[in-house]
Amino acid sequence: MSHYYKVAMTLSLASIAVLSSLAASAHDFSAGDIRIGHPWSRVAPAAAPVMGAYLTLTNAGQKADTLIGGSTPLAERIEIHQMSTEGGVARMRPLPDGLEIAPGSSVALAPGGIHLMFIKPARPFAEGNLIEATLEFARAGSVRVEFVVQRNAEDKSDTAADHGGHTP
Amino acid sequence: MNRVRLFRICVWGAVVLLAGFLLVSTMLPEPQAPAEASTGTVRVGGPFSLTSHQGERIDNQSLAGRPYLVFFGFTHCPEICPTTLFELTDLMSELGADADKFEVLFVTVDPERDTQELLASYMTSFDSRITALRGSSEETETALKAFSAYAKKVPLEDGQYTMDHTTGVYLIKGDGSFSGILDMHEPRETRLQKLRRLAGS
Repeated sequence: MSHYYKVAMTLSLASIAVLSSLAASAHDFSAGDIRIGHPWSRVAPAAAPVMGAYLTLTNAGQKADTLIGGSTPLAERIEIHQMSTEGGVARMRPLPDGLEIAPGSSVALAPGGIHLMFIKPARPFAEGNLIEATLEFARAGSVRVEFVVQRNAEDKSDTAADHGGHTP
Repeated sequence: MNRVRLFRICVWGAVVLLAGFLLVSTMLPEPQAPAEASTGTVRVGGPFSLTSHQGERIDNQSLAGRPYLVFFGFTHCPEICPTTLFELTDLMSELGADADKFEVLFVTVDPERDTQELLASYMTSFDSRITALRGSSEETETALKAFSAYAKKVPLEDGQYTMDHTTGVYLIKGDGSFSGILDMHEPRETRLQKLRRLAGS
């Protein structure tokens, strides 16, 4: 019984790993059981005091992990926010306890929902620029990643082709 | 003889039908117009006065006779505000000279942090026909009321704050009446049609 359980677990974890690597084939990072798919940041207007940033987190482990925060030498700080729109009104709130990733699951930080926010970027970033950052997880620890600056979420394939060599 | 009779019956029949229709239509209550249209000149597009990122005074009087778009936002907004302004830029470039026929106004709901200088830099990223507007907190409040829009300062733990705000883009016709909302989630073709219609108003 436990043997079958192990086989099933291994297969499901393998499929998660394959799927997540397909979703962000050319640009992802990992630390321990956590895989960070395609970190990207949206091109911001000139002098914008903030930039939104997005990625997909997959936990291939058997224990929950939490994204606590992050830092970058290229901005004052990084915050984790939840955005929602109700009745035509947009609201943005920080997630002070971080973002939990349950074992065997994926969480997408994407426009319109949960996102990272770079506060006071050190300089303007153009399309195609890379922003180095370190993300902190409760279990997996620190992970160095690079956010690709792109105009739209849909630019994924273009940017992946442009930055094909960046997989660590 | 039979034909004449038939003709008379038809004419009288038509008269009765028409009279009946007129009677019923005048007795029925006026059909309720959609909320957007009925509130047009009353609730949306009232008096306001703000200063542009180039230092010009702009109010509902100076806009009289010209259609315009109004959007409320702030520069510490990572997503909806820049995306809306980039999308408007894109739609305006597609419309070309048609976009000269209306004004596009971006009103900051955060005049405390959005100085005229910051707005002037910020606006260089968008179509040069888009104007950023700011005012004192009272002037901002009046502008929000003029469009029945909502904005609220929300303090955060670290002494910072964020703003809750209405995200729709208000469309105001040349006669000052409210034409509807431009929703950035609508199909691009629908948004272009709305703007073309507004340009002709």
